[in-house]
Amino acid sequence: MINAVGEPQSLLLLGGTSDIALAIARRYARDGLRVVLAARPSERRTAAASELKSIGCDVTEVDLDARDHESHAASIELAFAGGDIDIAVIAFGLLGDPERAWQDPDLALELAEVNYAAPVHFGVLLGQRMQAQAHGWIVALSSVAGERVRRSNFVYGSTKAGFDGFFLGLGEALREYGVHVLVVRPGFVKSKMTTGLDEVPLAVTPDQVAEAVADAIKAKRELVWVPGPLRVVMSGLRHVPRPLFRRLPI
Amino acid sequence: MSDDAVPAIKPSLPEEQPMIPQPLVELHGWGRASGTMAHLAQIDSVADAVSALRKSDSRRGVVPRGLGRSYGDAAQNAGGTALDLTKMNRILSVDAAGEPPTVTVQAGVSLDHLMRALLPFGLWVPVLPGTRQVTVGGAIAADVHGKNHHTEGSFGNHVHSLDLLMANGKVRTLTPRGDTERLFWATIGGMGLTGAVLRATVALQRTETAYFSVDTHRTSDIDDLMEQMSQRDDAYTYSVAWFDAVTRGRHMGRAVLTRGNKASLAQLPSKLKRDPLKFVAPSLGTLPEIFPNRMINKATAKAFSSAWYYKAPKHRTGELQNITQFFHPLDLLAEWNRIYGPNGFLQYQFVVPFEEADAFRRCLEMIVNSGHLSCLNVLKRFGEANPAPLSFPMPGWTLTVDLPIEQGLDKLCDALDTEVVAAGGRVYLAKDSRLSAATFRQMYPRLDDFLAVRREVDPEGIFNSDLARRLELSKPSIGGAA
Repeated sequence: MINAVGEPQSLLLLGGTSDIALAIARRYARDGLRVVLAARPSERRTAAASELKSIGCDVTEVDLDARDHESHAASIELAFAGGDIDIAVIAFGLLGDPERAWQDPDLALELAEVNYAAPVHFGVLLGQRMQAQAHGWIVALSSVAGERVRRSNFVYGSTKAGFDGFFLGLGEALREYGVHVLVVRPGFVKSKMTTGLDEVPLAVTPDQVAEAVADAIKAKRELVWVPGPLRVVMSGLRHVPRPLFRRLPI
Repeated sequence: MSDDAVPAIKPSLPEEQPMIPQPLVELHGWGRASGTMAHLAQIDSVADAVSALRKSDSRRGVVPRGLGRSYGDAAQNAGGTALDLTKMNRILSVDAAGEPPTVTVQAGVSLDHLMRALLPFGLWVPVLPGTRQVTVGGAIAADVHGKNHHTEGSFGNHVHSLDLLMANGKVRTLTPRGDTERLFWATIGGMGLTGAVLRATVALQRTETAYFSVDTHRTSDIDDLMEQMSQRDDAYTYSVAWFDAVTRGRHMGRAVLTRGNKASLAQLPSKLKRDPLKFVAPSLGTLPEIFPNRMINKATAKAFSSAWYYKAPKHRTGELQNITQFFHPLDLLAEWNRIYGPNGFLQYQFVVPFEEADAFRRCLEMIVNSGHLSCLNVLKRFGEANPAPLSFPMPGWTLTVDLPIEQGLDKLCDALDTEVVAAGGRVYLAKDSRLSAATFRQMYPRLDDFLAVRREVDPEGIFNSDLARRLELSKPSIGGAA
């Protein structure tokens, strides 16, 4: 469990090669920290594992395939084989080409599966495990794109809207068992997922997201925007009338 | 909430077995920094304890719990069961004529209760920690020590026998010598991980009065203090120093050293002679839950430390003090830990061997210069260790600081650990809430002895706790592989 000075003993990164997940691992890294990297087998995963090992972590690699839902339970089983998990981060996701996504049924389905169905499935599996251990954090990496879904990337946005709602609800359900869920709503994160996209104002780095996650866990918060001022921006945008919203350059 | 509202945590039980109520509640240590949820089983009898043990979920296990005075996660068991033994609080028999006199109690009897019951007979509990609000079971499991460690050793030294509920559901009587000595000593300081102590027979001392003849001496800095303590400690049964951990520079470590002996009847003024065994333990009330974080800040810590230092006389001998004044000033206020606010605090207590006095000074400097503020600071010299593999005290200097949970405290504690390990010292598990398994192993060289016993009596790790999982003691059959 997370000790009195806020240090976790174990992390599970679902989507263990995501830049944000690895930034979170680096943020908590110290000698003996147990990290389970769950991701598709790849060179990137191997590289991530050796990097974390080099800074003292005790790393286990576990295969995870978001689209193969039959495999999810086994992945979670393996992830918990080494003992309790203090912080589980759900970090996998797919951005997809937004214009293709609403016109290509396969891509739309893939986004829905990877960004919504699989996280929900994992969320339930993690919830069961964490309920039994009666402590721990599920960190769900949502997005401001889900807070008000906009024309420019509405397939992605809609998956994140569902994702966000599910994990907020899961947090309420698990509260009484001593389990916490933190929903993180970053804005534009400069990462491999967004490489090649134009940067927008209030863009953040994965390290900043990691820092915000650590602060939120320390303060036992359930919902956090990164950067913080996005909360104000989004609460404004949420209420912009539709005819006006459609004309905004976002 | 009833237990059946918690699906998939416990295997379902046949209906005819009556359940002891086991509500899922948040349990935390005295530091209030990292509570978790566990099923708290109210134990009223040995049969209850056996039943709760048999019905527990083997994956999460059970931990015995007393009055919750250990500072960290020792009596927490997330997702598992905690046996609340505080209702097993009967004093079973007293042998006042014995040499030494002894008392046999159920494990949930508090030292406060015991002292109140025994004092009228001129009997005295040989080892008293900083609060009387601990149970005998807890005192054994943590092998607590008091101001008289240098002369009397720790609590375990005075236990003549104990009954242990073991993982197999059987109760076994253990003694410090003979067939059961390994399990006995593994249980002393064993943090409840060899089983649950259900009753114990403890040696007592005789006393003529409930007062102490106390010498107080203010020292100008840490060197002065350590010299004073080294020279004359043995002339006193009880010795302890409070030191200022806020003031830096020339007066770093200035302290108030108090040492004393039990007062004899002849030493009492006639007014006190009328009732020499009176138990003076006033209460100023309970601290309400209203304090914010950072109540302990630079201003309050400085003011407190100066006031505490200057309120003490420069040098005074032979002052008569009562139990509360001398032993337990903190017991004046119930729930005093609330002063630290919702974030809670931790207590860091370590010991290093006498020959490592320089490491000791470096630790003190690190604390004073860290910017973390501690008001309740205790320094003491320990005497001989006992044979228990996880017992904390060993010959050397011990220091205790109370630190509110603040940014950067993890780094300070890690740095202190490094210094303590290098000096061959250790930290006290009853206070600990953050040590890593690897560091713990370096601090307790006899850990494998303990794990070997635990493997024999509890191979599945039924007795388990948050502390056990954190320090990798939980599954002895795995964790014990050296």
